[in-house]
Amino acid sequence: MTLELTGTSRRGFIQASASAAGLLLAFQIAPKAGAAEAGVKPLNAYVRVAPDGMVTIMAKNPEIGQGVKTSLPMLIAEELDVPWENVRIEQADSDPKLYGRQFAGGSMATPLHWEELRRVGAVARAMLIEAAALAWNCPAGECSTDRGMVIHASTKRRASYGSLAAQCAGVTVPDAKSVAVKDPKDYKIIGKATPQYDTAKIVTGQPLFGIDVRRPGMLYATYEKAPVFGAKVASADVAAAKGVKGVRDAFVVEGGENLSGLLPGVAVVGDSWWAARKGRDKLNVKWAEHPTSAQSSAGFARRAGELAAAAPQKVIRKDGDADQALKGAAKTVKAAYAYPFLAHVAMEPMNCTAEFGKDGKLEIWAPTQNPESGRQLVAQTLGVKPDDITIHMTRCGGGFGRRLSNDYMVEAAWIARAAKAPVKLLWTREDDIKHDFYRPAGFHFLEAGLDAQGNVVAWKNHFVTFGEGPEKPASSAAMGPNEFPGRFVKNCEFGVSTMPFGVPTGPLRAPGSNALAFVHQSYIDDLAHAAGQDPVAFQLKLLGDQKLVGEGPSAFNAGRMRGVLKAVAEMSAWGKTRLPARTGMGVACYFSHLGYFAEVVRAHVDADGAVKPERAWVAADVGHQIVNPSGAMNQVQGAVIDGLSHALFQKVTIENGAVAQNNFYDYPVLRMKDAPPVEVKFLKTAYPPTGLGEPALPPALPALCNAIFAATGVRIRELPVDVKLLKA
Amino acid sequence: MAYKLNVNGKVLTADVDPDTPLLWTLRDTLGITGPKFGCGVGQCGACTVHIDGQPVRSCSTPVSAVGEKKVTTIEGVGADPVGRKLQAAWAEFDVAQCGYCQPGQIMSATALLKAKPRPTDADIDAAMSGNICRCATYNRIRAAIKRASGQPVEA
Repeated sequence: MTLELTGTSRRGFIQASASAAGLLLAFQIAPKAGAAEAGVKPLNAYVRVAPDGMVTIMAKNPEIGQGVKTSLPMLIAEELDVPWENVRIEQADSDPKLYGRQFAGGSMATPLHWEELRRVGAVARAMLIEAAALAWNCPAGECSTDRGMVIHASTKRRASYGSLAAQCAGVTVPDAKSVAVKDPKDYKIIGKATPQYDTAKIVTGQPLFGIDVRRPGMLYATYEKAPVFGAKVASADVAAAKGVKGVRDAFVVEGGENLSGLLPGVAVVGDSWWAARKGRDKLNVKWAEHPTSAQSSAGFARRAGELAAAAPQKVIRKDGDADQALKGAAKTVKAAYAYPFLAHVAMEPMNCTAEFGKDGKLEIWAPTQNPESGRQLVAQTLGVKPDDITIHMTRCGGGFGRRLSNDYMVEAAWIARAAKAPVKLLWTREDDIKHDFYRPAGFHFLEAGLDAQGNVVAWKNHFVTFGEGPEKPASSAAMGPNEFPGRFVKNCEFGVSTMPFGVPTGPLRAPGSNALAFVHQSYIDDLAHAAGQDPVAFQLKLLGDQKLVGEGPSAFNAGRMRGVLKAVAEMSAWGKTRLPARTGMGVACYFSHLGYFAEVVRAHVDADGAVKPERAWVAADVGHQIVNPSGAMNQVQGAVIDGLSHALFQKVTIENGAVAQNNFYDYPVLRMKDAPPVEVKFLKTAYPPTGLGEPALPPALPALCNAIFAATGVRIRELPVDVKLLKA
Repeated sequence: MAYKLNVNGKVLTADVDPDTPLLWTLRDTLGITGPKFGCGVGQCGACTVHIDGQPVRSCSTPVSAVGEKKVTTIEGVGADPVGRKLQAAWAEFDVAQCGYCQPGQIMSATALLKAKPRPTDADIDAAMSGNICRCATYNRIRAAIKRASGQPVEA
């Protein structure tokens, strides 16, 4: 892995390293957002230029590790034409009037901002040129820019952006739609591997995260909720908690029934989090009976089997006649696939700091992926006007979709108001695992038919999921009618049945896809082997020779998928590698979040069944431009290993209405010793740039499971992988 | 009870109960927030600090057990040439995604290189598998350790 490094982080680091004593200072000289600094002129909501030419660019979206605090300002800086070394980045507050929607989700930051933010930079540049042209009394069209300077070549006049910024107030703001943008061949920042802006702070342990927030007079809180989601407090010994040294207050919060809102519980507030935590141990909370106290994962699986025995409650896709085609098929394959609930386990446990001012206005510091929905939730629950709430977005220690929900934000606000003090609420890891918005479990009952040449002539899937009927699936529990290989098999039927439940669910990195890819890409591998054909060749044949299938948001570009599949086969020397015993290679491909990904995993299975992923190869097509190759590579490598972690280790089990797991000792995630090297290749295609936080994850699971099949002949039909099935 | 702690070369006083974990003494009482809370049970490594050069999980170490031993956190590890070299390698390889676990990763890596200046892949697996990175930056963590120990990095 070779990275070309540019940018302030590295420079900043070298400065910092030069003198240990000067370490803190070196990173604290950046100006504060919105401060009225002498001579610092905002050109627009995103850009301020100081007289010394230092440019401050606002990072609009939450940073959860996906790298947007660096990559989105790169788009602006490129078109503004300033040296990256002169750029400082500040995290914006949540302010949709200035910045539009600010969220981290759906791998949408790049596709939504690729045009817009380059044009923000281009507009600011045009204003600086205009200011220079006015001063020099020459046509703006004769001026150019270079590295933070406006230049009039024929008269050899030059002026720094810093000297011009003050004069921009009077110039006409050009139309963003028509302002000129650079030819990509002239890019100096976009496309260069650029370290994350916060790197120096991260490696020296400076405060950045929600958990690091400190306010004068701040107290610390912990909040205990019922193991059965939404159960009410029957009794709690708040007096005992208050008797613990350092505890300031303890009280019952009545809460509501909405699993996404403020749930019933008991808050303990103390001088330190440890004191509050010790107070909590004395609460001896008794919880009221709840209608979902008997639900369980085992019960859901039983019910899924019952539903699968009947016709689907709703058919969401019907092409041709799958039943008839199955009867005429040369070979049929039946299989049931299942996957469990998953927790997100972001490394930074849920937390939020809330402080009411004397004027009744509320200030919030939150690691959140979705601040505006938090504002609405807090406003509605506490009866505070939305405009009286300020939300500062801190860096998030991971998100993965968990922080799209703001339950911890409303809890912090409620507790701060009750405690009459600024409060930092911090969850334990156990709170986090037992009170998540889980990736929903799911059950697929599949049947497919092959003709004598091994072509897929029939495909049926009865998907049993959760919800209030097939029209109202639970969050992230749906499957669309265009799920691959829908539209690629002549006789194809997708049916859906749902069962009611009382488990909060929500998006987990590549929602839907993270489960559906496992099912469908494993099953296609199943069929390839049934047909006696090479899995890559089989999938290419299934993709056919069409280019674009469907239109608009449901369009699937089979040409792009064939491109990545062929590329990954070449990268991994697919079919050309002699492998040791109990070692196999598996392939899978998947389209999600506008990205086309094909992946190969090589895995070895020990005699005791333990699976060791040895190497992964990824071919990706996310369009014609990678904004930050360093961040992009990191996202893909991490997503692939995250997917392997899902497949090998992760499982949330519901027992007696509650989550059975507690912490990393019974909810394991993948560690260094199991992490394979991941080789990544980005294909450059003619399409607009799209996002990378998610789409690399889904194919990793089936690629691994298909490798396990190649190594052992055992088909993994239920996640996580049960090593007992794999013993030699 | 008042404890005198030697943290990053300075003697600091913390008035806390004896059972208070070193992590919370550092974070809430002394304002040293580089060590991170991840699990509270010594399973994730985000809270790793050094006590007399040995890596320990500060979430599971009561303050009363520290005594006069020298505590080093991520804020102070750059004063050590090995720590500084690792921080530089972490920056060079742009290791972090969310960055939350990285202080703990760097503290574990520093302890590794002090014990084994040229660790093998198996040494890295053994020393670093107590530290979880949910963003799974493991490829780059390995590369940074190799670079800081003067070994070739896999292309």
